[in-house]
Amino acid sequence: MDLSAWTLSLKLAAATTLLLLPLAVLIARPLLTMRPGPRLVAEGLVALPLVLPPTVLGFYLLVAFGQHSVIGELYRGLTGRSLVFTFDGLLLASLVFNLPFAVQPVQRALEAIPREVREAAWCCGLSRWQTLWKIELPLAWPGLLTAIVLTFAHTLGEFGVVLMVGGNIPEETRTVSIAIYDHVQAFEDRAAGILSATLVAFSFAAIVLIQFLTHRIGKKEQ
Amino acid sequence: MNPTGLQVRLRQRAPIPLDATLACAPGELLALVGPSGSGKSTILRCIAGLHAAAEGAIHCNGETWFDAAAAANQPVQARRIGFVFQNYGLFPHLSALENVAAALGGLTLAEREARSRELLARVHLDGLERRKPAALSGGQQQRVAVARALARDPAVLLLDEPFSAVDQVTRRKLQQELARLRADLAIPMLLVTHDLDEARMLADRMVILHRGRTLQAGSPDEVMTRPASASIARLVGLHNLFEGTLTQDGGGLKLEWLGHRLDVARIAGQPGARVSWVIPPEGVLLHRRERPSRGEAENPIAGIVQDCLRLGPFTQIRLLPDGGSEPLAFSVPTHVAERNDIAPGAPARVTLLAGSIHLMPWEAPAETRGE
Repeated sequence: MDLSAWTLSLKLAAATTLLLLPLAVLIARPLLTMRPGPRLVAEGLVALPLVLPPTVLGFYLLVAFGQHSVIGELYRGLTGRSLVFTFDGLLLASLVFNLPFAVQPVQRALEAIPREVREAAWCCGLSRWQTLWKIELPLAWPGLLTAIVLTFAHTLGEFGVVLMVGGNIPEETRTVSIAIYDHVQAFEDRAAGILSATLVAFSFAAIVLIQFLTHRIGKKEQ
Repeated sequence: MNPTGLQVRLRQRAPIPLDATLACAPGELLALVGPSGSGKSTILRCIAGLHAAAEGAIHCNGETWFDAAAAANQPVQARRIGFVFQNYGLFPHLSALENVAAALGGLTLAEREARSRELLARVHLDGLERRKPAALSGGQQQRVAVARALARDPAVLLLDEPFSAVDQVTRRKLQQELARLRADLAIPMLLVTHDLDEARMLADRMVILHRGRTLQAGSPDEVMTRPASASIARLVGLHNLFEGTLTQDGGGLKLEWLGHRLDVARIAGQPGARVSWVIPPEGVLLHRRERPSRGEAENPIAGIVQDCLRLGPFTQIRLLPDGGSEPLAFSVPTHVAERNDIAPGAPARVTLLAGSIHLMPWEAPAETRGE
């Protein structure tokens, strides 16, 4: 039973990370050259999930994904599936609430690249895409790694938004954090304890891994 | 319009005011000289396509790179420029070889490697191909940047203060290498610098910039000895800048200054007109003490030595002319200074060579001061 919760959580975290990383680069890169006004607004929007209560975010997403909403209708028309109380909806919600965890580290890393380096690449004849691919992303690698681990770990731990948008459907939307809540509600302290411990261990391992890799990359660059 | 070489005309108000016109022929090295904030680097960035001015045009070998009136603006990548940035802008994650190869798009992998090795050898970096920038010295990094700039077989070479980030000894060496390298380059080369000695040493011509305006263009010698205005004389750091009046004396015009009527080889204008004038230190000759001239020497001036500074084999002297408030600066071999008992407070006489005095239209001195 709990194995399926773990499988689902890992699947959700992997899918979120995989989809969000390129998206984060596409969002972070234009932020660098935006004029200060629009940039402030865009950065505010990206950071919003950090400060909103998960229930508020979950509520708006639920409304946005509903049967009669534009997004919900569109998705149903395209795939025949609903966005509410399904894995698809959960994934979409996950992309939204992880936005700051992926965009901000990538943005910081891209900002740290000196302007001259980017301009030198253009002067070498590299197009903007080639510059991003061959120069900027390799240099922003520690930021990308941070984004990957933060997104992955944060997806595993998210509770409020998942509950609001996904509900609690086994093998569809019942993630580890929801399962823990379930166990506690049912006074299954032992099961809740085991599941919680595995989550702690996994998160800790993820953080250690990122620090190790960042450190090693930092050393190799010297 | 000259179809070869580079022609640049730029105007804008913000972010940095520009009102610049310059041209550079193939094989010519043009130095852009001016104080910081004078728009030198902005002009290079406009030529590279990294910045677009509000008005103006840039043509290179007959191609239009930029024309504000026609809304034409070629992207950086299409301009074929070699750019050496002030801090080089090397790619820190790539080796020296890969840095150069990055500019060799369109070739096969083997061709790229061979050509990159050849370019690195040309700047004396053979053996260091595999090193990353962080493992290279400042001078070596600059050489990688030069090799990379030449890799695209550029139509124009742009050098933005390329010697400012290295120590004095390395600077001299790199300057000599550039002087040698440029002999083989038949493209326009632009060097941005605030170092007049550097411009004098390396450039065929120089352009003086002030607040984005190109004030004077000419050979370094011409600009340094015959500045077009007093403000240019100040910008290039000339000493011995004074004011005087033109006066009719017998058959011809003379320069009246502190009660003296000075002969000037090249003189024109209306009697009574105020002028600025300058004389290079080489045009000021010290009279020997045991043989004081009695007026028969050329433009004799008497004064009191304000201070003298011994700099190895030469001694710099500042002589306050009688009745004047600003000193004449010149230098003599140290043994000459000693033999003539030159010391602060001592009287001395000098000649101002008529051929060395350069007259300029008078201008209010406040205009360029206070920066």
